[in-house]
Amino acid sequence: MTDQILKDSLFVLPGMLIPLFPLIGFIINGVFGKSIPKAATGWIATLAILASFITSVYVFMKLDAADSITIDLFQWISFSNINIGFSFLLDPLTMVMLLVVTGIGFLIHLYSVGYMHDDEGFTRFFTYLNLFIFFMLLLVMGSNYLVMFIGWEGVGLCSYLLIGFWFKNEAYNNAAKKAFIMNRIGDLGFLLGMFFILFNFGTLEFDAVAKQAAALTPNNMLLVSITLLLFVGAMGKSAQLPLYTWLPDAMAGPTPVSALIHAATMVTAGIYMVVRSNVLFAMAPHTLDVILFVGVATSIFAAVIGLMQNDIKKVLAYSTVSQLGLMFAALGLGAFSSGMFHVVTHAFFKALLFLGSGSVIHALHGEQDIRKMGGLKKLIPVTFWTFLIASLAISGVPPFAGFFSKDEILGKAFEHNTAIWAILSFSSMLTAFYMFRLVYLTFYGNFRGTEETKKHIHESPAVMTIPLIVLCVLSVVGGFIGLPPVLSAKHSFDTYLSSVTDASKSVLGEAHHLSHTTEWMLIAFAVIAAIASIAYAYQKYIKKGEQPADEASLTGINKWISNKFYVDEFYNTVIVKPITVMSDLLMVIVDKLIIDLAVNTVAWVVGLTGRLLRLVQTGNTGFYIFAMVLSMVVLFVIRLFA
Amino acid sequence: MITLLILGFPLLASILVLAAGHKLASKLALLLSVVQLAITAYAYSVFKQSGPDSFFVYHEWINNPKISLHLGLDGLSLLMVILTNFLTPLIILSAFNRTIEKAAGYFSLILLMQFALNGVFMALDGMVYYIFWELALIPIYFIALRWGGPNRVPVTLKFFIYTLAGSLLMLFGFIAMYWLSPKNSFDLRDLVGSICSCNQGWLFWLFFIAFAIKIPIVPFHTWQADTYKEAPTQGTMLLSGIMLKMGTYSLLRWLLPVLPAGVAEWGPLAITLCVIGIVYASVIAIMQRDLKKLLAYSSVAHVGLISAGIFALNIQGLQGSVVQMLAHGVNVIGLFFCADIILNRTNTLNIDSMGGIRNLAPKFTTLFMIVVLGSVALPLTNGFIGEFLLLFGVYEYNTWLSVFAGLTIILGAVYMLRMFQRVMLGNVNENITSFPDLMWNEKIVLGVIAAVIIVLGIYPKPIMDMAEPALKLILEQAIIK
Repeated sequence: MTDQILKDSLFVLPGMLIPLFPLIGFIINGVFGKSIPKAATGWIATLAILASFITSVYVFMKLDAADSITIDLFQWISFSNINIGFSFLLDPLTMVMLLVVTGIGFLIHLYSVGYMHDDEGFTRFFTYLNLFIFFMLLLVMGSNYLVMFIGWEGVGLCSYLLIGFWFKNEAYNNAAKKAFIMNRIGDLGFLLGMFFILFNFGTLEFDAVAKQAAALTPNNMLLVSITLLLFVGAMGKSAQLPLYTWLPDAMAGPTPVSALIHAATMVTAGIYMVVRSNVLFAMAPHTLDVILFVGVATSIFAAVIGLMQNDIKKVLAYSTVSQLGLMFAALGLGAFSSGMFHVVTHAFFKALLFLGSGSVIHALHGEQDIRKMGGLKKLIPVTFWTFLIASLAISGVPPFAGFFSKDEILGKAFEHNTAIWAILSFSSMLTAFYMFRLVYLTFYGNFRGTEETKKHIHESPAVMTIPLIVLCVLSVVGGFIGLPPVLSAKHSFDTYLSSVTDASKSVLGEAHHLSHTTEWMLIAFAVIAAIASIAYAYQKYIKKGEQPADEASLTGINKWISNKFYVDEFYNTVIVKPITVMSDLLMVIVDKLIIDLAVNTVAWVVGLTGRLLRLVQTGNTGFYIFAMVLSMVVLFVIRLFA
Repeated sequence: MITLLILGFPLLASILVLAAGHKLASKLALLLSVVQLAITAYAYSVFKQSGPDSFFVYHEWINNPKISLHLGLDGLSLLMVILTNFLTPLIILSAFNRTIEKAAGYFSLILLMQFALNGVFMALDGMVYYIFWELALIPIYFIALRWGGPNRVPVTLKFFIYTLAGSLLMLFGFIAMYWLSPKNSFDLRDLVGSICSCNQGWLFWLFFIAFAIKIPIVPFHTWQADTYKEAPTQGTMLLSGIMLKMGTYSLLRWLLPVLPAGVAEWGPLAITLCVIGIVYASVIAIMQRDLKKLLAYSSVAHVGLISAGIFALNIQGLQGSVVQMLAHGVNVIGLFFCADIILNRTNTLNIDSMGGIRNLAPKFTTLFMIVVLGSVALPLTNGFIGEFLLLFGVYEYNTWLSVFAGLTIILGAVYMLRMFQRVMLGNVNENITSFPDLMWNEKIVLGVIAAVIIVLGIYPKPIMDMAEPALKLILEQAIIK
């Protein structure tokens, strides 16, 4: 016991330092930013994250895979016998997220020093970015749902601030507002989920909740309600159907923001939350079915939309939605560590894709339309090669990172249900196709922009290309932490997370493993499918030299896809408009007409009574005497007969 | 002794300021209100050491009917007194750098208001409480009538008559309770547990309507938006920041303990009204074009949740109501001050003719943003603690009601962010020619408010610890076994 306390105390300082560095960076730049040279503010912010990363690596080295260390900072909210502490948890799952958030966070900060170089809001940008990392760290480090919720809403705020970073633009502001409000819809679910937990279990601490939940019968109403509500929160944050429409709009923010917040870290918070609560979810198979359904549907739906987008960032955004769907599908299958594995590899290659697209946009002075690109391969070679490798990784071509994590999920899907495997495989084929459509249209063929732009195309500076290269290396080798059983008996990533996911594994029961032959066949199929899709894109865009059709000329299903199935329009008509109309109606009809009329009527009646009674006050003495006598007679009569 | 000092000092200050003349009035008022704050801080430290016992004051006043000067400060009262005496200097300071005619009268009335508010929060004798309650109406009436906007006369009249009508019901209620209670007394101690449950049903409504008008709970709210709009900024701050807390405080102090059977009978209806009011006011707030009216409706939504938490009759609901009363007091003052800063520079409150202020006034933008975040209850702001506890309280009362009440976190974001975008973001509206960033007094007021928003959001424990014993006692009295 004392050993444990001693061990815990070793982690208190580094555990506190990890979120403290970005907070300090935020305060320095936020409060004193004006008096610090502009260039220095970017480096202060970047170094703050580097410090967090180094500390995280230190903790990672010290922490055993079986450890679960709680750091209590102070009591936050307490009433009667409920105490909700402000406390952190360090365990393998947190560690994975810490390394991803601080590691990729650092690279993206570094990249931003170059990318945002000429922006007048340079300091402000880094201030927000540091704040984001701070909240993201609270999210993944919290030892209970409420601390997680601080981070959860905090990153939502930063997302809002950064999507609307260029605040003079009306459309960007709308996108920012939309993101915040849609997330709030999910957050209400999260909040209610917490109420269910707190009321029934008397605590919000992850381990205590999991212990109590494990003692209940599977699929009882309470657990299903809790997990469904929590999942609503995850749907908002991780952009799942039907709460996904904010994410494509969120591309209004500067590209490093899209890479960091809307691809690598924040949007995966929903997956992290479900994995963190894996015991609860495993005890509620009904919810898992819902998650599986939503994940699969989102994965295919977003992939289809991605086929017809012409904005380089929008393609990547829909791709992110689709990949997040894939991760949720994994969770729905009960394969929690596989979902996390894909979070990690996806963070590598999707961050790289976004940063690469930023490099393209940077080279073209803000152009984002792939119809005005082409032939950039030779002009920006580093960007091209890294982008290509990331595209191979996301398409599931071995031996790149995406292949392993995707293959693992597809394998689990096959064990569960071949139909689901087929849909997810098809979604993967679409992914490979739209990614290479993007690659071919952007980097191959002839340049389709103006001559003026072409003259100025240049490779990005080293501060931007170095992060690309590092992420590229990770996208190449990142998958080796989770080799499939046919290649290695030991799945390092799964083993590392086992202390977190073992409990749910025992609840769900060990799935029957696929035979090696089946596994090889699945791998072969996936690889052939990916390569075929790439080849088809090659045929279409290189051999035939096709260009995306003009939106106006589209008909039928293509028009629907190009217009994203009119979901935004649908929401506007069914939800937004009615609320605004109701707002006016309530004001004019209920408030002014009904309630105020009632109030004024009361006043009017009082006034009327006054005016009527005044008539009696005639000042005529004879009348008064008459009234008096009359009253006496009346009273006398009443007395007599009463 | 210290109780009487806290009560009496603002009255003295009010007279001194009136005598000091227009030139000195604002400075003297600020100084004296800071002294009052220091006295309150001292009281807090005494309270921390020795608890509420040393704060009770009891003097016979009138024999027949028996009315006594019975005052006291428990955790709940002291927190409300702290709120009052903390906000008053800020309210006074917010009037600096503005031209105010007949300044001596203005500031004297603000301090008189402070006196009455302190009295309401301390009084333990029903009649003394009622006198302070009514007294508070007088200065605010004159502040709004004399220094208000162009439409002030009819609006102020409506406000005055409306709240007075409510108060009369309450007076009638007190008189009835005096005769119904075996001890024939107005004293809270004598009234608790002494009213026959058979009479509590109708007595409940006499008090509830009086409080519901003051708070205001929908549908008793129609006096509010116009009054907030027409009153001068300091008047609006006094009304929204402190005066409406008289209503919610009174629910806790008088209604729950004295009429538990009435609450048991009618509480479900009351809490339903509160929750409907939250959503109703939030929806209306979305499309408001007048900045002050928008804030007024948002305030109706927030206090609706506070009241709902009180009628939930559990410890977290009560705790949430106290935390949120303080948070709302601070935040709403910040919001109305931001509206005043904009009005002062653009001469309009119409949201459509604003926009792009962020380009011109970055410091103002940051502080305004923090206040907005507190108002939309972002975690680590004071608003979150309150809303979390309140919604959890409502949840324990009834799950479905909490789902409906919970819509406030979505709708709140809708109307606040929409407002912030229209007012502050985008390109500079052509109606705005210049927008100087914050002046020194504005910096202090908003800076202090922003600091409180964050500090209480991170560490609300002192408030909750202080309120807990008082609230537990109230809860014991309010729940019929």
